[in-house]
Amino acid sequence: MDYTKQQLLVFYREMQRIRQFEEAAIVLWDANMIKGSIHPYLGQEAIAAGVCQALQEDDYIVSTHRGHGHCLAKGAGPGSMMAELLGKTTGCCRGRGGSMHIADVGTRNLGANGLVAGGLGFGVGAALTSKLKKLGYVTVAFFGEGATGEGMFHESLNMAAIWKLPIVFVCENNRYSVSTDCNYSVPVADVSERAKAYGIPGVTADGNDMHAVYETAGEYIKRARNGEGPALIEYKTYRWEGHYHGEPQVYRTKEEVEEWKKACPILRYEKVLTQDYKISVDELNEIKQAAVREMEEAVVFAKDSPDPVPGTVFDYVYAD
Amino acid sequence: MRTISYLDAIKEAMREEMERDGNVIQLGEDIGLHGGAFGVTRGLFQQFGCERIIDTPIAEGTIVSCAIGAAITGLRPVAELMFIDFSTLAMDQICNQAAKMRYMLGGQVQIPMVIRFPEGSGYKGTAAQHSQCLEAWYAHVPGLKVVLPSNPYNAKGLFKAAVRDNNPVIFIEQKTLYGMKGQVPDGDYTVSIGKSQVAREGRDVTVVTYAYMTKVALELAEKLAAENISLEVIDLLTVKPLDIEPVVESVKKTGRLVVAHEACKTCGVGAEVSALVNELAFEYLDAPIQRIGARDVPIPFNYPEERAAIVNESEIREAVLRIR
Repeated sequence: MDYTKQQLLVFYREMQRIRQFEEAAIVLWDANMIKGSIHPYLGQEAIAAGVCQALQEDDYIVSTHRGHGHCLAKGAGPGSMMAELLGKTTGCCRGRGGSMHIADVGTRNLGANGLVAGGLGFGVGAALTSKLKKLGYVTVAFFGEGATGEGMFHESLNMAAIWKLPIVFVCENNRYSVSTDCNYSVPVADVSERAKAYGIPGVTADGNDMHAVYETAGEYIKRARNGEGPALIEYKTYRWEGHYHGEPQVYRTKEEVEEWKKACPILRYEKVLTQDYKISVDELNEIKQAAVREMEEAVVFAKDSPDPVPGTVFDYVYAD
Repeated sequence: MRTISYLDAIKEAMREEMERDGNVIQLGEDIGLHGGAFGVTRGLFQQFGCERIIDTPIAEGTIVSCAIGAAITGLRPVAELMFIDFSTLAMDQICNQAAKMRYMLGGQVQIPMVIRFPEGSGYKGTAAQHSQCLEAWYAHVPGLKVVLPSNPYNAKGLFKAAVRDNNPVIFIEQKTLYGMKGQVPDGDYTVSIGKSQVAREGRDVTVVTYAYMTKVALELAEKLAAENISLEVIDLLTVKPLDIEPVVESVKKTGRLVVAHEACKTCGVGAEVSALVNELAFEYLDAPIQRIGARDVPIPFNYPEERAAIVNESEIREAVLRIR
């Protein structure tokens, strides 16, 4: 596929923004400023960035507990996201959801979810609205390979397939569901094989290859938009952090993690950009530094934002 | 005024709401041509077509989840689950997702949806997995509203109010009331969610109840009137949020309270009503509150044991006579 230089740099920038957001969040967590778990997206940046670049503004996504990357890539402001992690009133969920429930409905992100596979059906519902009201938008439902063991995975793919809904199911196979290796919990070599059970296309691609992600997502998003129904894409990747930051990781070796870090999607993309597209290291460094500064500003905004007060605890239980 | 059945009153409310608002759709197992397990949606498929009366696979969790996604994105879905017992399969979606999403997201979304199902025993020996009354489970979860109509009039009015509400409303129907006939106005009206009603005025003993037991209590009140005992019957209609004020007012007048429901007594809605009256009107009570509910057993298939498990009219009568 041919790319303009501008596109290439946007891809790179979006991955760097996620990387720098997560690095900044980890610093805050280590400083005990985040009062709860965070599930960092480190190592998987190409997937959120690539898929969301293939989406249009009015397309919806549903996300997972490892949702910072999706949220940022779909367009949420890092300031309101960082404020959400700190539980501030300026957070995108007014500090109500925190990391695990981060959502920005204004940018059509229906949110992370505390239940594995818990949001897949929302994706089916959002896609149903698009189809019934002829709105033309597509929904992408993100989930991990662990979610494919849940009933909701089966039910959602089944329902989307029989109604030929405009939805793309994106499985990020980062190998571990908490401590459990997918070689133990998933009986097929590729999660995408499971698409056969629903009569929909299933494809597996390298989730650490930016262009492979963008191109596969683009193909099946376009197909869904054309009314040809859902698809299941599996992106193979690797989770750098434990299930949550600070998790002891007794189930894998440091060597394994280091080996995968050599396959870092950002490092790989830097090689592609400098070698195949002759983009200078300086230009990339400038983009990276801009992302670092953007996240520094987000941290300042979040720290300076007011805490909620106890008196608002009853707000938003019910809508009027 | 016309007389129609409880079932037809709900169906009429559905038809009128779907005619009024093109965003109202219905999802459920066998609700299309088949018309639903009890026939509540029968005929609507022919009028509104398969895009608005949508048959689903057997997938309770995703029926509810899909309705949530549709509600957030602009539709007003009504999800039918065949029996309240089957809602256990959708518990994550009802209690973790629908109930909490608006709150967790800091008010970014509203979830205008109705989840409806019938409950109760005494209908063709449906036994332990098709006869439960689980309203107390849902009443325990902040973010849900839980309504239980007791006659054709309030069934139509509450259903319309539920469809127009911008929150997830659990609409619980009674299998044994589907055939109940009653006066129902032609055309539009609503019955407010979150308001209990004095179903019959009286002076001696207050009976607080809802759903099928309202019918039982009203029949008992008629019989006791002949014995010169005057019951005031309060129909809760909504068990979440619970409108306790009319109950307190009534207890101030009668000084005597019986709370009765078909659901199991332990941790039932009656326990909540009893506790609230103790907190709010203890000094007006002239006798201990009498709490009537089903035994703590699954509902048996055979008739004699089923009768032994559930509440009957004579139990309420005895409770009234104990404290009058």
